[in-house]
Amino acid sequence: MSLNKIFRNTLLVFFASILLSACAVKTTGKMQGDVYTGKDTVEYLASGVPDRVFFATNETVLTTASRETLRKQASWLRKNSKINVVLEGHADERGTREYNLALGERRANAAKDYLMTYGISGNRISVISYGKERPVDSGSNPLAWSKNRRSVTVKAN
Amino acid sequence: MKRIIFLIYICVFVFNWGKAWSLIEVDITRGNLNPLPLAVSPLSVDQNSKDKFKDLLRLEDIGAEISKVVENNLRQSGLFNPLDPKAFLQKPDIAHVKPRFEDWALIKAQALITGEVKIVDEKLRVEFRLWDVLAGKEIMALAFTTVSENWRRVGHIITDKVYQRLTGEKGYFDTRIIYVAEEGLKTSRIKKLAIMDQDGFNTKYLTLGNELVLTPRFNPTNQMVTYLSYFKNLPRVYLLDIETGIQEVVGDFPGMTFAPRFSPDGKKIIMSFAKDGNSDIYTMDLESREVEKITNHPSIDTSPSYSPDGKYICFNSDRSGYQQIYVMRSDGSKVKRISFGNGLYGTPVWSPRGDLIAFTKLHKGKFYIGVMRTDGTGERLLTENYYQEAPSWSPNGRVLIFYRETKSDSSGKGFSAKLWSIDLTGYNERMVKTETDASDPSWSSLLTD
Repeated sequence: MSLNKIFRNTLLVFFASILLSACAVKTTGKMQGDVYTGKDTVEYLASGVPDRVFFATNETVLTTASRETLRKQASWLRKNSKINVVLEGHADERGTREYNLALGERRANAAKDYLMTYGISGNRISVISYGKERPVDSGSNPLAWSKNRRSVTVKAN
Repeated sequence: MKRIIFLIYICVFVFNWGKAWSLIEVDITRGNLNPLPLAVSPLSVDQNSKDKFKDLLRLEDIGAEISKVVENNLRQSGLFNPLDPKAFLQKPDIAHVKPRFEDWALIKAQALITGEVKIVDEKLRVEFRLWDVLAGKEIMALAFTTVSENWRRVGHIITDKVYQRLTGEKGYFDTRIIYVAEEGLKTSRIKKLAIMDQDGFNTKYLTLGNELVLTPRFNPTNQMVTYLSYFKNLPRVYLLDIETGIQEVVGDFPGMTFAPRFSPDGKKIIMSFAKDGNSDIYTMDLESREVEKITNHPSIDTSPSYSPDGKYICFNSDRSGYQQIYVMRSDGSKVKRISFGNGLYGTPVWSPRGDLIAFTKLHKGKFYIGVMRTDGTGERLLTENYYQEAPSWSPNGRVLIFYRETKSDSSGKGFSAKLWSIDLTGYNERMVKTETDASDPSWSSLLTD
């Protein structure tokens, strides 16, 4: 290996690390991986009880932050036992319409299952999927898409 | 693929053999970069009929108007190059009786369409002829009668006959498109069912936009439409009779039903039913109302589409971990994955010819419309874009219509949804004219066959 090549490789690694760290700084603001972690679009069922959880692309797995949000919802729902909720599942615009309807339904059900494990009766929870039909952010960019991949808990009565 | 082209070629050849020998022949199996130059002479109309049509339809010259419909159809097909009528030397009425072939050859027309329209018993009677200019002979003559309001359809039927005579395959011009008309902000889009002629004329709105509607599809006789409606915020598959306007929910499912299509005999609706986070495929017999579960898998199974003989179903499933295309027997047995390329695959639709499946593919942030054989081999991507999906076949299996969306900025500016069509060859990509933004197109079968 020539010195020249070693030098070039070092330079490449150097630039790559700068780039990566730049990305890292950019994502920690509102996104982790491609899951939205900001609060721009979040509304509240009650003080300190966020109404929505966010998902990674094509995923229905609940993140640590999502589970924390749902636990807060569950404890609020236990205290307000007369209130029923609708879980509205959504997908971003980067998928075929029919598949996204199914994906939204699966996301809302992931949230429903979690609420049920924390003692909320399935009778109090209904589920609807909007697929990609009702984005909250109109943008065509990764941050907008991350806000739109969501399940929102809405009071039904 | 070569072999298929060869077979089709033979068929076309044999088909033409029985008819009069002609020099013109249009090969539609390849991208056509040299569309056939032809002349559509304005149909001649006698003064009496002209006046009557003027009263009835408010058209200055119905003959010229019908010819424009034909001309536009032929141009849009990409296979023909209709010449400018200003260059025509012969008068329509004389050309229809005895064309001076030298005059038409002079302007480089290889084929000539002439005709005559008149009012007979309050109805529109049209007669037209197709001439081979180089051979100097008539190669087709036809006449038919219809109600005057159908004058645009007269143009479409003439185009279908000419197309069939010159390509050896049925046309797709006397057809309609059902689609979703879109308006308003991206975050609260208003969607209505709309129906129009294949060339973008005669648009009618079938719903008012009070509830979200998606994915309309025709039944084989084009009288019924099945679609998804969010009526009362309950997303369910509906059935709509286009003539009467009567709508009904399909089945009594305790959850969302979606992605509906008719079976090729029109007797069943196949669709997805989502429950507890799992979507499976079901059919419902429209007469007996019997419901049958076709797939049984904890993954998402959706976008089902029958083969034209009704024996197989292609569908979309993520049972492998990601969206892929599968084929099974119509009873749900013998499930086989057929898409293995890089990326995600969705919206499979079986071609009316039976030999191909059209699909949407997502790979590295781009969306493609493509086709593959029913065993998954021979994948061919026809068009790449930022976002496009949901292909639907023309009844002759030669053209695909789909919708395409553009990127928007954070305020939603720049967003549009439009219908596009492309030939199976990958050539002749065109935007289809609609009054509003549009998505989810579905092509009817031929209205007159």
